Order: sequence, then structure tokens, then C-alpha cells
Amino acid sequence: MTAHSSVLELIGNTPIVDVSTLSPNPDVRILVKLEGQNPGGSVKDRVALSMVEQAEADGVLAPGQTLLEPSSGNTGIGLALVCRLKGYELVVVLPSNVSPERRQLLEVWGARIVESPGSEGSNGAVRLARAMAAEHPEWCFLYQYANPANPRAHYTGTGPEIWRDCPEVTHFVAGLGTSGTLLGVGRYLKEQNPAVEVWAVEPPAGEMVDGLRSLDDGYIPPIFENLGGAELLDRKTVVKPLDSIEWTRRLTEVGIFAGISTGAALAGAVRCASSIEGGVVVVVSADGGWKYLSTGAWTDDLDVVEQRARSTIYF
Amino acid sequence: MPVAVHLPTVLRPHAGGAKTVTAEGSTVGEVLDALAAAYPGLSGQVVGDDGTLHRFVNVYLNDDDVRYLSALDTPVKDDDEVSILPAVAGGA
Repeated sequence: MTAHSSVLELIGNTPIVDVSTLSPNPDVRILVKLEGQNPGGSVKDRVALSMVEQAEADGVLAPGQTLLEPSSGNTGIGLALVCRLKGYELVVVLPSNVSPERRQLLEVWGARIVESPGSEGSNGAVRLARAMAAEHPEWCFLYQYANPANPRAHYTGTGPEIWRDCPEVTHFVAGLGTSGTLLGVGRYLKEQNPAVEVWAVEPPAGEMVDGLRSLDDGYIPPIFENLGGAELLDRKTVVKPLDSIEWTRRLTEVGIFAGISTGAALAGAVRCASSIEGGVVVVVSADGGWKYLSTGAWTDDLDVVEQRARSTIYF
Repeated sequence: MPVAVHLPTVLRPHAGGAKTVTAEGSTVGEVLDALAAAYPGLSGQVVGDDGTLHRFVNVYLNDDDVRYLSALDTPVKDDDEVSILPAVAGGA
């Protein structure tokens, strides 16, 4: 065991674990990659470090500068950790309806929080952050939804780790937020084996965001369009809050305490496993369950938790 | 055959405020055409004049985004449900 010189060296190289006892199909194995093992607690540590180091290399980020980012939590938390260690100020535009733990973790690392309306979801955070970036050209706006260093973190990290640990993978399943994980891992795996299928799982976000004035206020992440997301994905499936919570609970049967988006991703993996004859499904668990204890996801009545989840951003 | 079509908040005013309506068709495209015929305010909002889905609209057959099935040619059967949702930024 080596002693590491910085916590930043602990980002990545997460473990992958077989949870096939939860598979509905005896001929399909399901494995979960536990991104909650990253030091900031989520898959977004990879993206935060990748974007900051790319900006430093490009000369657009200098010591003492302020960074700005819209985030429903995890990217903000990862960035806050990286910024604390590297000496940058961070402003995070956070929708008001995220779990209190996400907000507290941002405060732990000293990030400044600017709230956007919860009824607009992440859409509102993106809109407000873009307006603030225009007002503050002296700030560094990494903008994860449009930054190729986001999917690159997965193309160079998460993807090769999955291929190293599980070259028999036939299907890759992950949640769709910025689309960075799906684009980076999906492209890497298809380059190794073109037969690998890439499945995206999303919450019914468009149903939960009721502050939209018209369809023209919609949003597609620029990286998804610029990097051929529509051509890369084989399937995109919606998992409702109730299924997400039920599968988050089922994960505890195999000793995994994961965030609610992992329940959604696993529900997608189970759907995938039911629809194929045989194979190996690898699914990404974006974070651990710690930040969602206040939602009562494991302990309160299912219908109560479901109602709460409908008005909370958990992706 | 008639299928249930779930409308997003932003489109409900064009359908008399209804959350769910029914429309007939043997493909997703036919269902959406029937929908636009029944509620002219929805015409051009989901399927554009060029005959493809509006850029910021996702249409789901049951739980699957039809863009990754056979798009507007995706067949529908009895008891299927069609959901129309705006494309919005996901959490991250």
C-alpha cells in the first residue's frame, strides 16, 4: 500500500462488484461500479478534476481565480473539493430543491451557493449560471454540459477501468444527466467491442420540471449533440421515482448503500437483463446513499418517500 | 387503436387542461397526428412541419424514448401508453 501525497490521487480506480443475485435473468450477470468510493463521494470527482486540469493546461484558469458552475450537487461538491485543494474560489448555482446534505457538503469545502428556482430544475441552474458567466467574464466557467473534458474523464478513466475489470461486458447502463458518463464510457467500450450496447436511464425530469414556459425553453447538453450522443446510445429508458427507490432499497440486500439515482440505473439494468437472452450488464452507481438519508428513502413509507422524490432532484 | 397520451404541463393548456388524453393510431406518428387533429393548438408543437419530432421534445412509448426505437414509425399496441416530455437539463 502506497501513501498518497494528495486526496486528488484517490479519484478514480473505483471497485466493481457482482450483484447478479438481483438479476431477473439467470443468464445475465449484473455488475455495479461504485463511484461513491471517490473521495468527494461521487463519480463527479473525476469530471471536476478533469475539467480543472484541462482549464489549467489551456491557460484559462490561474491561481486565485473564481470558478462558476451550475450543479444539482455532485459536480459542485467534486469541484469544491478540487478547488479547496488547488486554491480557487467556487460559486455553485444550485437548484433550491436538492437534498440538504448536498448543500451542506458544498459548504464543507467552502463553496459559495447561489440558488436557482427548484421548479425549473437543473434547467434553471444552467440558465442562471450562463447569465452570471456573461456578467462575470473574469470568472472561469467550466460548464460541464458543454465541456469535452467531462466525457474525456470517462473515456480515459471510467471506461478503461470497466474494460480492465470486466472485458466480458455486453451492456453498459448509466444515468443520463450531462451525458458525460455515457458518452465517454460508451465510446471507449464500443471502440474495444462494437457489439457493446449503451443504455441511458433518466428520471422523468421533464415531468418534474413544471416551471417551463414553452417547449423552446428545453435543453440538450451541447456535448451530447457535439459528440454524437444520439448515434452512440442504443436505448434510452425512463425510470420513475417509485422504481428508483424500490431498487435503491433492493441494493441493500447485497450490501450496497447507494444514492437514489443508482436505484434508477439498476432498474434500467434489470429491464435490460429481462430483455436479452444472456450477457453481462455493467451499471454505474454515481454516488453513495449518505446524501439522501434525510429523504427517508430507506426507512419511511414508500408512498411518502415517492412524493418527496417527485419534488427533489436526485440525479 | 386508442392509446393514452400523457401531456406535459406546458402543453396541457392546448388540450383543455387535460393531463392525459386518448388518441388512435397504429404507430407513434399516427397517434401524434390524431392528437394534433383533435387539439389544433398542439399542431406543430410535438411533430414539426418537416415531419420529425421537435428538437426539445422526448416521446416515450411506455418507458422507452422512441428516438431509440423506430422513432415515429414505432408500432403501438393495445394498453401502450405514450408520454410527451420536454427535453430539459438533467441533474449533475
